[in-house]
Amino acid sequence: MYDNKQLQEVSTQVRRDILRMVCGAKSGHPGGSMSSTDILTTLYFHVMNQDPKTWTRDGKGQDMFILSAGHMTPVYYSVLARAGYFPVSELATFRTFGARLQGHPSVRKQLPGVFQASGSLGQGLSAACGLALGKKLDKEDNFVYCLCGDGESEEGQIWEAGMFAVFHKLDNLIAMTDWNGKQIDGPVAEVAGEGDLAEKWTAWGWNTIVAEGHDFDSIAKAFELAKAGKGSGKPTMILFKTEMGHGVDFMAGTHKWHGSVPKPEQLEDALRQLGETSLGDF
Amino acid sequence: MKKYIDTGKKDTRSGFGVGLLEAGRADSRVVALTADLKGSLKMDAFAAEFPERFIQCGIAEANMVGAAAGLAITGKIPFIGSFAEFVTGRVYDQVRQEVAYGKTNVKIASSHAGITLGEDGATHQTMEDLALMRALPEMVVINPCDFNQTKNATIAAAKYNGPVYLRFGRPNVPNFTPADEEFVIGKAQILNEGKDVTIVACGHLVWEALQAAEALEAEGICAEVINMATVKPLDETALLTSAVKTKAVVVAEEHNMAGGLGEAVAGVFARTVPTPVEFVNGKDLFGQSGTPSALMAEYGLDARHIVEAVKKVLERK
Repeated sequence: MYDNKQLQEVSTQVRRDILRMVCGAKSGHPGGSMSSTDILTTLYFHVMNQDPKTWTRDGKGQDMFILSAGHMTPVYYSVLARAGYFPVSELATFRTFGARLQGHPSVRKQLPGVFQASGSLGQGLSAACGLALGKKLDKEDNFVYCLCGDGESEEGQIWEAGMFAVFHKLDNLIAMTDWNGKQIDGPVAEVAGEGDLAEKWTAWGWNTIVAEGHDFDSIAKAFELAKAGKGSGKPTMILFKTEMGHGVDFMAGTHKWHGSVPKPEQLEDALRQLGETSLGDF
Repeated sequence: MKKYIDTGKKDTRSGFGVGLLEAGRADSRVVALTADLKGSLKMDAFAAEFPERFIQCGIAEANMVGAAAGLAITGKIPFIGSFAEFVTGRVYDQVRQEVAYGKTNVKIASSHAGITLGEDGATHQTMEDLALMRALPEMVVINPCDFNQTKNATIAAAKYNGPVYLRFGRPNVPNFTPADEEFVIGKAQILNEGKDVTIVACGHLVWEALQAAEALEAEGICAEVINMATVKPLDETALLTSAVKTKAVVVAEEHNMAGGLGEAVAGVFARTVPTPVEFVNGKDLFGQSGTPSALMAEYGLDARHIVEAVKKVLERK
């Protein structure tokens, strides 16, 4: 279990990886990856019961994670590699022909750590419901985690899954929303006006927690609270308040970096801002 | 020709219900999900015997597909059941991403398929589902012909490791295949051997093909009848063996002209042994309200129309 200093070190390295991956591939989604970096770092290095050495796709005996917002592969792959699921050097193959690191998560190339394909938005939470129900049927104790986007939550299927999880009392399901308030076409409030997600998930019957998504203490506390919800018969939604492009001044807080790639001089500037870590680049 | 006896009309969806119960008894990993159509899908007996393994999803098909995929990843064998339109067209993307591309062991139980759904009309009568499911890489597509075969195909689908689309219907139709004949996925059945023409059919049209073959026999035409219950993967060997002998083929299905069994069969002959093919199908039309038998006759999906198609194809030999 990593402390805050170690988590910060991993997060900084993951943000460096994200930028170097999308610049290498000349495509990909850095904005949301950088807003959810601290959440996923905490999840994999501080919270989840997971072990790359014994990982199998059926998730037996371990916690499971589904990336519902499948375009955030840069952060996902970096965290998986840094956690030991596959060689860090493989991050250099992101989005290239024949790579296991497909543009969106795939099970076809058998990349360790990936339980299900995702990317067509709104579907991962349903798959996570199935995993949670499967663990309940097997009388298994572990948790199922799922990360959604706030833009993604405009999909109706998210709310179908929300109803299902409550009806089937999936209190082993901990969903998260990267609540950065931005989507491709602009601020969420201006594109679809989905409103206050905390009110909505509470009304839907979920144990709802709001946390600061760039504060390791706040993130860890939210997960503790969520895990304590086991036995309540209710699924948990943690709404992490985040900033798109967090960590680099010219990328932060704007939708413009949802799916754009920094130019070489911008990459250099961004990496200088983030600073180097003891972990080293891929 | 070989005689087939109707042992009493039954709906194919009830064959699914019995098959599901048997599969559930044989393997505790089998679970069943429905979107508020437990009764229509004949899942009541399974739900009563295995309440923990029956999962009601409410009227939310998209989530049902995803939840089934999740259950499959944990090692369950989920059957998801709804009307054919609502487990294909309505959720095509979910089936594509979560089941086919995601390589999850989900069985799609598709009831009330085709025009024989009857009185509900075109909104519910999908004639496009075989095309949608055939287009998905690796998807196994099965359209059995009667109650017994649907039961046996359900049991086979549970044993098979991979996505399966299992299509069946609402009305009572003749039940004429053996009660406990093992269903072999991908293997065509030669129901009648003939030399003049080959009639290939699936689903409800198989019985009609047999009736057509009897009528043709009275006119001195000896038809080979193939039950192509597995639409994908297609038994190309059976098709070629038969067509090399008869040199004329008719394909009959309760489906739109685009993308179904007919085009699949025609594709085989186009790239192997060019053979004249005629089609009995729902053309490029939507259905409408009516009794199943009236609709079958009106849309040209009965024995009489198969006989006409045979005569047409014989002129092209």
